[in-house]
Amino acid sequence: MSTVMSTVMSMEFLLASGIGALTAAGLYLIMLRRTFPVVIGLSFLSYAVNVFLFSMGRLTIDLPPIVSEAAKGYTDPLPQALVLTAIVITFGMTALIVVLSLRGFLETGSDDVTLQAQPDDDASRASGDGAAR
Amino acid sequence: MNQWLIVPVAIPAMIAAVLVLAMRTSMTTQRAISVAATAAQLAAAIGLFVLASDGESRAYFLGHWPAPFGIVLVLDRLSATMLLLTSVVASGVVLAAIREWDTRGRHFHALFQFQLLGINGAFLTGDVFNLFVFFEVLLIASYGLMLHGGGPRRLKAGFHYVAINLIGSTVFLFAVGTIYAVTGTLNMADLAVKVPQVAAGNEALLSAGALLLFTVFAIKSAMVPLHWWLAPTYGSTSPAAAALFALMTKVGAYSIIRVYTLIFGADAGALAGIAQPWILTLAVVTLIMGTIGVLAARSLPDLICYSLIASMGTLLIAVGLASAEGLAAALYYAVQSTVTSSALFLLAGLIARGGEGRAPPLPHGTLVIGLYFLLAIASVGMPPLAGFLGKLLILDAARTSAHIAVAWSAILITSLLLILGFARFGIQTFWNRPRSDGAAVQPLPFALTAVIAGMVAALAALSVFAGPMMDNMTAMAEQLIATQGYIRAVLPPAATAGLVGG
Repeated sequence: MSTVMSTVMSMEFLLASGIGALTAAGLYLIMLRRTFPVVIGLSFLSYAVNVFLFSMGRLTIDLPPIVSEAAKGYTDPLPQALVLTAIVITFGMTALIVVLSLRGFLETGSDDVTLQAQPDDDASRASGDGAAR
Repeated sequence: MNQWLIVPVAIPAMIAAVLVLAMRTSMTTQRAISVAATAAQLAAAIGLFVLASDGESRAYFLGHWPAPFGIVLVLDRLSATMLLLTSVVASGVVLAAIREWDTRGRHFHALFQFQLLGINGAFLTGDVFNLFVFFEVLLIASYGLMLHGGGPRRLKAGFHYVAINLIGSTVFLFAVGTIYAVTGTLNMADLAVKVPQVAAGNEALLSAGALLLFTVFAIKSAMVPLHWWLAPTYGSTSPAAAALFALMTKVGAYSIIRVYTLIFGADAGALAGIAQPWILTLAVVTLIMGTIGVLAARSLPDLICYSLIASMGTLLIAVGLASAEGLAAALYYAVQSTVTSSALFLLAGLIARGGEGRAPPLPHGTLVIGLYFLLAIASVGMPPLAGFLGKLLILDAARTSAHIAVAWSAILITSLLLILGFARFGIQTFWNRPRSDGAAVQPLPFALTAVIAGMVAALAALSVFAGPMMDNMTAMAEQLIATQGYIRAVLPPAATAGLVGG
């Protein structure tokens, strides 16, 4: 029993420090001025939150999430469903922001997060629509 | 009867998919279907409003899973009013967008319907994680609408807008995870029951979750210091999209009202009113920053964006008063300020048709300037339009509150400064306009002008029918504060047996 306890304890330490490291790395990268690190940082942040959500149903070992007659106990299945939804959504969002930063890079030739404006930027601003198209 | 609750979510979901998959080629068909779908949502919203006006909360259990295990949609006076507001504004915007902005890129109408799906869903859902999902739906659609038509300025603002909202989504998930870890549920009614029973050792963790959630809603409702994304985003997108986005800040305000009256409201035990001090303080700062932005604005879209931020400040001051009068005033103010902001964004589009500032003159200058004048009056809160009554009600609600000094001085001083800002901009724009030489004048687009005029008429109607409106808003505020009705509608009787105040 004590080996199980120590496994859970070390797993808790591993998970907690892993979430912390991922979050810290993500936040650091988001602060950078280039679009690529920002995108990577956002991905790190979403990995961190996925692992965080997963651990929110409490950490258990060798327990099934679905009803079974032989089960001694259960692990919480709901966080797993939440993580699945979160993964799908952040995957779509990341794809979108990758396309946006690529488009910005192709249009301006720079991957600065301010997407350095073209000289005709004021014209498109003034007419309130996409004059650059 | 309760299955009607799914209609405002189901119509845009199906129509948007049909528009993308089956109606790609014909713009005329897309427009007809989009207008018909928006009209159907308006009819559904009116029906649900009538249904909710008996003061009862109704729940629809998706897949007939009993709460708190399944996802539940809940209709009460607040959600019904917000749905009605959404469909009224959306009907105006979709008519105004036709032939003006819907051809600048592809799939405008599909994105528009997806946006409505997200907004309607967020107003109806009774589950915190489902609220996250609907937030994402409305955000994904808003990214598309925001970038619709393209252009480098839009692209830059779009990148920042997507990035801040992705961070917001992550914070939302952290908050949801923390709340779930402590309470073991995400159903709002179930949370309202479980939060007061939380063990003393977990209160700190739950407070962290509650305030993280508040951060997310503060981003959505553009509260200082999380307001900076709004002006570049709304200011650079197409006027039709911006007019619809005026609703999105209200989704943030709605979520604040819902979560911090139902879950962390007066009955929440140790966590009662956890966000109230933050709401009031930040709302005052938001109002001041918005006003400074209005005074500093150099273009009409910027001016409107900052006046929108200022109006969110005013609205949230009323929410921060944490009284039934404050909530009722806040909701009346929210309805009229949404209509005002939408109409102003559309008017900015109308004025910008010939180019910003000292560009070719518009025909019917008096009409355009008159509309600007009326909307400016409504926005700063001068009589006789509904903005005046809204601010008056908020001042009146603050009269009996401990925060009267802060609320009155903030609202009254910023109102004066807002008048200066709008007047200065009007003088600069309209008095410097060259006189018409009859050559370069384009006719005014009828639909767009009519929609703006219709919204001004709606503001006048809100003012004329302020009595019945306020009766409804007061009943709504009382329903919000008496949370037992909501909880009983959602949870089975066994789970609510211990509730007091039956």
